[in-house]
Amino acid sequence: MADTASFSACPACDAAPIAKQIAENRMHQQGDILLSLPTIHCAGCISAVERKLLTIPGVTSARVNLSLKRVVAETGGALEAADLVEALEAIGYPAHELDSTALSSSAADKAARALLFRLGISGFAMMNVMLLSVAVWSGAEAATRDLFHWISAMIALPVIIWAAQPFFKNAWTALRAGHLNMDVPISLAIFLAGGMSLFETINGGEEAYFDAALSLTFFLLAGRYLDQRTRRAARSAAEELTALEVPRVVQLTEDGEATVPLAQIAAGDMVLVRPGARVPVDGIVTKGDSEVDRALLTGETLPVAIGVETIVSAGEINLTGPLEIRVTAAGRDSSLSRMADLVTIAEGAKNRYSSLADKAAQIYAPGVHTLAFLAFIGWLWASGGDIRFALNIAVAVLIITCPCALGLAVPAVVTAASGNLFRKGLLVKNATALERLAEVDFVVFDKTGTLTDGDVVPGALDDLSMQNQRLALALAQNSGHPLARALAQALQLRGISPATLTDIREVPGKGVQAKLNGTDVALGRAEWLGAEAGQGTATFLQCENGKVLEIPFEDHLRADAIDTIAALKSSGLPVMLLSGDNDAAVAQAAEALGIDQFHARMRPEDKAAKLKDLADQGHHVLMVGDGLNDTVALASAHVSVSPASALDAARVASDIVLLGNRLGAISDARAIARSARRRILENFAIAAGYNAISVPIALMGFASPLAAALAMSTSSILVSLNALRLRGAAQEEAQ
Amino acid sequence: MNVLTWLIPVSLLLGGLGLAGFVWTLRSSQYDDPDGDSQRILTNDWDDKPRP
Repeated sequence: MADTASFSACPACDAAPIAKQIAENRMHQQGDILLSLPTIHCAGCISAVERKLLTIPGVTSARVNLSLKRVVAETGGALEAADLVEALEAIGYPAHELDSTALSSSAADKAARALLFRLGISGFAMMNVMLLSVAVWSGAEAATRDLFHWISAMIALPVIIWAAQPFFKNAWTALRAGHLNMDVPISLAIFLAGGMSLFETINGGEEAYFDAALSLTFFLLAGRYLDQRTRRAARSAAEELTALEVPRVVQLTEDGEATVPLAQIAAGDMVLVRPGARVPVDGIVTKGDSEVDRALLTGETLPVAIGVETIVSAGEINLTGPLEIRVTAAGRDSSLSRMADLVTIAEGAKNRYSSLADKAAQIYAPGVHTLAFLAFIGWLWASGGDIRFALNIAVAVLIITCPCALGLAVPAVVTAASGNLFRKGLLVKNATALERLAEVDFVVFDKTGTLTDGDVVPGALDDLSMQNQRLALALAQNSGHPLARALAQALQLRGISPATLTDIREVPGKGVQAKLNGTDVALGRAEWLGAEAGQGTATFLQCENGKVLEIPFEDHLRADAIDTIAALKSSGLPVMLLSGDNDAAVAQAAEALGIDQFHARMRPEDKAAKLKDLADQGHHVLMVGDGLNDTVALASAHVSVSPASALDAARVASDIVLLGNRLGAISDARAIARSARRRILENFAIAAGYNAISVPIALMGFASPLAAALAMSTSSILVSLNALRLRGAAQEEAQ
Repeated sequence: MNVLTWLIPVSLLLGGLGLAGFVWTLRSSQYDDPDGDSQRILTNDWDDKPRP
């Protein structure tokens, strides 16, 4: 927040080093795997996790960070994150991979540590100089006073020059780009306070502001440090999408197969996609039958059967049989690239959000400069040309108005609120996300993977006779199809034992067939068994007597999905469901959840268009989603949340990541964000009130170094205490 | 006032010692995981020998 105020002056100057840093991290950290562990909380957890990871061959070191609830494992590049996640889940700790670069601790930590170092040094200098100043204030005279001023100068000047560099640098960048930001008045006040005091010291003057210059530096560095800790290096979701593209393609030419780079493929070419591979282009199937997994693109839970003349899109995964595809669009024209383009546009729009701190800085900086300048001119005229006296007053005005409290107002609140949210299982990734979350008045959910956990469960099992249940279990156990596996699991949970079958045979893309006591039985698709397919997701069982029974499936909702929706609705927020799944499945889920507004068969651009409609109607939309098909919507929503299990691109596109499995945290988050916003506004009011009292005093020339020190410390402490109040308030709300 | 010629350097030196201590804790990453450190003293994991 304050950093956007200070850094935004020249986005390009900032972006370049950040991009470089990310690249360096990528190089440096190859092989380091960063996992988020939302459930760890004790000493036992730490050693269990570390021990377990060290038993995996290839892991050379593992270190848990309990404050951040994550673990870093050094693997030397030999292992995949999935291996470690599996091992940890086996001992009861759910884990999710974090983007090792975007959320990388090392880069952010280094910057935070550098700030903490400057903070420590300026704190040390501030206290020593303050000690000497107390002697001066209490009446040290003549030679003693001069000596104390000289000692103060020797401590203060080098410290100011070194410790306040972050402000000087930002102010300089802003000025060069022709902007004013918060750092300009800060730098000017620190610089003039130091320079003026040195001049007074040399001339044996009575008043020196070394302590004020140092406490300014100290308090503002404290704000900057808090800010740094809540900030994450930004990474583009559009890049993540392009990373999903397949770099090499098997092209079918008259001479046979050839592996060529994707860039060489043009519309009209023929490509071969083997089972298990990602479809590299948009095209039409010319030969082959298979099933494709479209979950990432469309949100459909189940694989879709495809054959000749079916249209496929880049990014889908071919599951069972080889496919020959005639290319209709490749590379920049493919649907995946078009989606990446949409995300780029949406991300650009979001970066232009102007935070409260930005707005405050825009009013504040010119106001302060005008005031100081007027004071200088006014006193120059009133005192009949005494430049030294007039300059002293102008500097006093700059020091008194210096935004100590303003610099702390936002970061202190954001730190307290982010900490609060983290304990509830939400990781805030974007500095302005909290402010945007507070403005939300409409919530849009994705279905698959967000409200449901991506699994399906068979419904109405009681309608089947015991005999048929045993038969269904025996058949389902012999199939790898997701529906069959879910059915087998559900039946086993009911304690059913499987019937004995012979001649079991799985027919790819169709189902399983076998013989029971000599008669044909089967489990599979409706068309295959000669039954009529219904609306929803279902599998069909051909029984011993030749009858075909439908076994319907329902999406498995997340444990607290219903409560979350109810809580959001009761706090007056309209809720909408947008899904790429089929009508029946979406209607069923919406009914179970109590959502009245829902839309099925939404393509990624439909979702984004729907969000744009809502935004045009004046709504501030919170989007919750997890898939590739949600990425555009997540990036274009006012604020977005994705579960930790979401795809990389979706997680990168969203502002807040849900670490635990609890959706309920979302409704808590809004409450916390709203009270955080109230605190920020209160803090601005405190800072403004303090200025309203102290500025006239400074303008009249009554400000002394003692008054400046008192006023500055009191207002900063008041603002910080007000921010801490958020902790208590949020805990009350949670109870 | 002669006492000041002693006291001021002494106070600066003592403060400087504290500052050096702070720099050392900062350099050796002692502020990275305060919650974890407070829990780690409870485990017996590396009681017999230091962590490699």
